[in-house]
Amino acid sequence: MSLPTRTFTITRADLVRYAEASGDHNPIHQDDEVARSVGLPGVIAHGMYTMALAARAVGDWFPGAEVVSFGCKFTSPVVVPADGGVEVEVAGEVKGDADGLTTVALTVTSGGQKVLGMPKAVVRA
Amino acid sequence: MPVDQSLVGRTFPPTRPHEVSEQQVRAFVTATGGQYDGGPAPATFPIVLAFDAMNAFLEAEAIDLFRIVHGEQKFAYERPVVPGDVLSATLSVASLRQIGGNDIIGTTSEITDAGGAVVCRTSATLVHRGEQ
Repeated sequence: MSLPTRTFTITRADLVRYAEASGDHNPIHQDDEVARSVGLPGVIAHGMYTMALAARAVGDWFPGAEVVSFGCKFTSPVVVPADGGVEVEVAGEVKGDADGLTTVALTVTSGGQKVLGMPKAVVRA
Repeated sequence: MPVDQSLVGRTFPPTRPHEVSEQQVRAFVTATGGQYDGGPAPATFPIVLAFDAMNAFLEAEAIDLFRIVHGEQKFAYERPVVPGDVLSATLSVASLRQIGGNDIIGTTSEITDAGGAVVCRTSATLVHRGEQ
């Protein structure tokens, strides 16, 4: 069963707020020059920011459900431009239902490219 | 400089207990564009604790944070985090390998509450980008 795709926008201002809220002040999420110095194309979103968006989608699909496990790889950086923002799409597919647990395989893309590898959540729905 | 291989298997001291406030959960939710109406923290919130432990580990090993890129993150939850929880994270280095001048550091962190019960186990792969 496919779940309704959710679209989110990430801006540089979001990354500043997220750094404050999470304690992750890695400058690759704030400063183009530092990001480029380690071989990145520019400021990238915290992987955990993108993962948090995936979690929001899961929360929308299964309101109030307890998440039992959640994981992903960060396969491609989400580059966030200085002006405007970048869109991230979160799609989901229910893969199984057993013992009260629902397994959801997600597909998280930006600009048509997958940015998370094998994102998967198990919820007690 | 590559990360020291003898780190594998080492467990670092637990982080200082941190009381999760409703304000902090709200800030975390709103930073990711959501709206917080009370109740449990989002599924990725335990990263706040795990990140604290990772920072202490990086400092102890004199590894620059700006050279770290996140490779993978997994959470297994015993229960959701709720405001009022007093939590601490204990990080262990599970694996370490070198690929193409980068160090791939596998870590696990156990997040426990004030009573010592496990709230969440999380594993992270950190990619330490070597100097070009």
